[in-house]
Amino acid sequence: MSVDPGLAPPPAARPPRGLAVALQSRFLPPLLITSILIAAHLTFGILEAYQQTAVAIVTAIVAELLLGKAAYGRWPHPASAYISGISVGILVRSPFVWPYFFASLISIASKYVLRLNGRHLWNPSNFGVSAVLFLAPATVSLLGIQWGNNIWPMAVIWLLGFVIVWRVGRLHVSASYVVAFFAFGLLRSAITGTPWQAALAPITGPMYQLFIFFMVTDPKVAVRSVSGQVVVVIAVAFVEMILRLNEVIYAPFYALFLVGPAALLIEAALEARATVPVGSAAPGRRAV
Amino acid sequence: MTTERGEMDRGTGVARQAPRPRRGVGLVAAALTLGSMAAVVALNRAAAGPESSPHEGATSARHGFRLTESARQLGMQATHEGPTFDAKLAHIMPQVAAMGAAVSIADFDRDGWQDVYVTNSAENSLNHLYRNNGDGTFTDVASAVGLADVNRAGTGVSMGAVWGDFDNDGYEDLFLYKYGRPELFHNQAGKGFVRVTDRAGLPAWVNANSAIWWDYDRDGWLDLFLAGYWDERLDLWHLDTTRIMPASFEYAENGGRKYVLRNRGDGTFEETSAALGIESRRWTLAASAADLSGSGYPDLFLANDYGVSELYVNQDGKRFVEAGRDAGVARTPKSGMNASFGDVFNDGRLSIYKTNISEPGVLVQSNDLWVPTGKNHARGAEYENLASTLGVDLGGWSWGAQFGDLNNDGTLDLYLVNGYVSAGERTSYWYDFAEIAVGHSQIIGDARNWPAMRGRSLSGYQRKHVWLNDGVGRFRDVAQDVGVTDTYDGRAVALADLSNSGALDVIVANQRGPLLVYRNTVSEGQHWIAFDLEGTASNRSAIGARVDVQWNSRRQVQEVSGGTGFSAQNQRGLHYGLGRANAVDRVVIRWPSGRVQTIDRPEIDRRHHVKEPA
Repeated sequence: MSVDPGLAPPPAARPPRGLAVALQSRFLPPLLITSILIAAHLTFGILEAYQQTAVAIVTAIVAELLLGKAAYGRWPHPASAYISGISVGILVRSPFVWPYFFASLISIASKYVLRLNGRHLWNPSNFGVSAVLFLAPATVSLLGIQWGNNIWPMAVIWLLGFVIVWRVGRLHVSASYVVAFFAFGLLRSAITGTPWQAALAPITGPMYQLFIFFMVTDPKVAVRSVSGQVVVVIAVAFVEMILRLNEVIYAPFYALFLVGPAALLIEAALEARATVPVGSAAPGRRAV
Repeated sequence: MTTERGEMDRGTGVARQAPRPRRGVGLVAAALTLGSMAAVVALNRAAAGPESSPHEGATSARHGFRLTESARQLGMQATHEGPTFDAKLAHIMPQVAAMGAAVSIADFDRDGWQDVYVTNSAENSLNHLYRNNGDGTFTDVASAVGLADVNRAGTGVSMGAVWGDFDNDGYEDLFLYKYGRPELFHNQAGKGFVRVTDRAGLPAWVNANSAIWWDYDRDGWLDLFLAGYWDERLDLWHLDTTRIMPASFEYAENGGRKYVLRNRGDGTFEETSAALGIESRRWTLAASAADLSGSGYPDLFLANDYGVSELYVNQDGKRFVEAGRDAGVARTPKSGMNASFGDVFNDGRLSIYKTNISEPGVLVQSNDLWVPTGKNHARGAEYENLASTLGVDLGGWSWGAQFGDLNNDGTLDLYLVNGYVSAGERTSYWYDFAEIAVGHSQIIGDARNWPAMRGRSLSGYQRKHVWLNDGVGRFRDVAQDVGVTDTYDGRAVALADLSNSGALDVIVANQRGPLLVYRNTVSEGQHWIAFDLEGTASNRSAIGARVDVQWNSRRQVQEVSGGTGFSAQNQRGLHYGLGRANAVDRVVIRWPSGRVQTIDRPEIDRRHHVKEPA
């Protein structure tokens, strides 16, 4: 999970000033996720231990610095790796330290392997977390709990999250996913006979807040057009529904794991057929 | 937007060719990725432990003991039955009516042999009191002595029982806690029991899963601690609402209240919890008391379901201060189900074992072994969780656990039972459970929103764990090797030397399953010593007495307990394995009154009855 830390506002936006400058910096997503982590842990104690989260963050940053320097000859900015590491630290639940280390290492190292036309095929932490979940079921699970009972912290996170994805031009992605999740959740309820409240319950949990604001919005692994991004995120929700109907507990992560690269491959194939020349933007594509 | 190394020009959205990474880096990264994945697989296998299979015959020699299930031969053929609550809960009945199998040990008739009390939980079912005949057989005398018919419809059903001599007459009395009306029975010199609930002044209705006897103010009279689980305002058989479930899977504080019932010494009790500062409404499943802070007064540890644990530090018997977070034992909410203490490093310090849930691929809370760090916070010791380091972390959906030296090698081993609901084989309710568990309180708190179980299992048919302590910082699971092969839904486990042979037997109460009694055969040449204490200035049961046995430059500390584990109580006497040592140098007893007694070179391989000196 890593929203690009260098997210900038749409080109038409007015030049930022003061606080807006700070809010539009590449440090905004890291600041948000760090704030969520600190607030959630101090309030509800969500972390197993500080050491494990620290291991995840340090591993991700060190791996990124070393591999980035080796690959491109200059030190990469650590913000993206920081988000990958802190995401691993929040999402992975294990009494051991090594899952945090390896989830972070796999997240970063895989970026330099699983690429297509210079782009990641997978969101790094989606890949790393899915890998340790799949390979180490006896010792690893994911954050799957509610952060307290008070609705206000949840409301604040949702509000802040939506403001930020709006500022970075990804509101359509998050909003489309939420709408699709509700629609498919109600459909699942109708199919299985499960109370609709239970079918929709997961989205009230923190795992989904992180998923919606930091993972499905990752531009590095998104198709280029806005409409394409909406289609892809609805496809993620659809595959998630299929997985849920088959009682796959970590369905959203696996759905993104499956759909994200498939979408990029399809896009690459379409672009190759259209042979869009370098220097001309694809229809409907815009920088966000 | 800036993407990977400037794929698109800022502001224009024009694509540029992304720079290619240098050759060789991709190979290194691929090696790192694949190598990491291989390491994850290997480490996961190592942590999960080997799938051991029984090794008949050689086990006694390899591990120093063997356990043989013998309930039928001993004459203890009890099968637990669960309750049936209000029909509004029918769709999730197996999981809300999932407790009540309990076992507690005492020598109720003072004949020198340990007797066994076992609860039942169906409406109008009978509890059992197995009197030890001393010849390898037991007789159920519960009906004869008045302790059987205690689950009548309208009064609630049994969840557990603890023995304690509340009037200091020398005979162990019985406190029965229920989802319903708690009961106190006075022991009539081992001949029968008389219900004294009304005179004692107990609360009218408590939905409790835990209670202990303790003398928190050290006045020489045993007090009671009673922990509510469900809200005490609920009659689970007649519900007005379905909004009865925990408000959160890990932060719920809408459970039952707690009671501290101070013994006035005249057969009556007064409720003092608020005055003492114990006002929790967490969903407590296990309580146990020991002097963890070194003050001489018993502190109270609560293992709470749906939340963090609580550690109440005793302030000279006048007040309690909740110090769980400062102590380090209450920073991460889990699903606490057991509280037991053990000197696992033979250094005179008690560690706390709390069980939780571990389900591969779903939820890995892992169990906690809180070991004192040697540092102190303002009110007592600090702890760190060494369960993973020592190898006692992954125990499935864990319930009761007890420390005891099963092979008499001088170190405390750990017996753990597990399994929640064993219904349809190869079926699982886990997906639905995980879905609702993350929901907001408005969703999870209403039983109507919970998906129907429809005969599915939830962490069922689990293998038990018998962890042998190697004495140098590692526990090894030998359950399958030593004969513990059952997969019932274990709840309570108690340890007692039923044959006075110097070996701790294991008694397991299973939910909706048979009572199991594992007779223990220890290898020749392993020595032991045991102590039955009798207080004089202290409470006569000597609950709270601390016994430090020292031999061969080793030591082990245990405390006499008024209830430990989950819905369980071990034998009152303290059992110590000594390994090959043929002498004990010294025994230091600190009585609850504060008196300290030293016994030099007591005879080994026998039980000692020690009376508190005047």
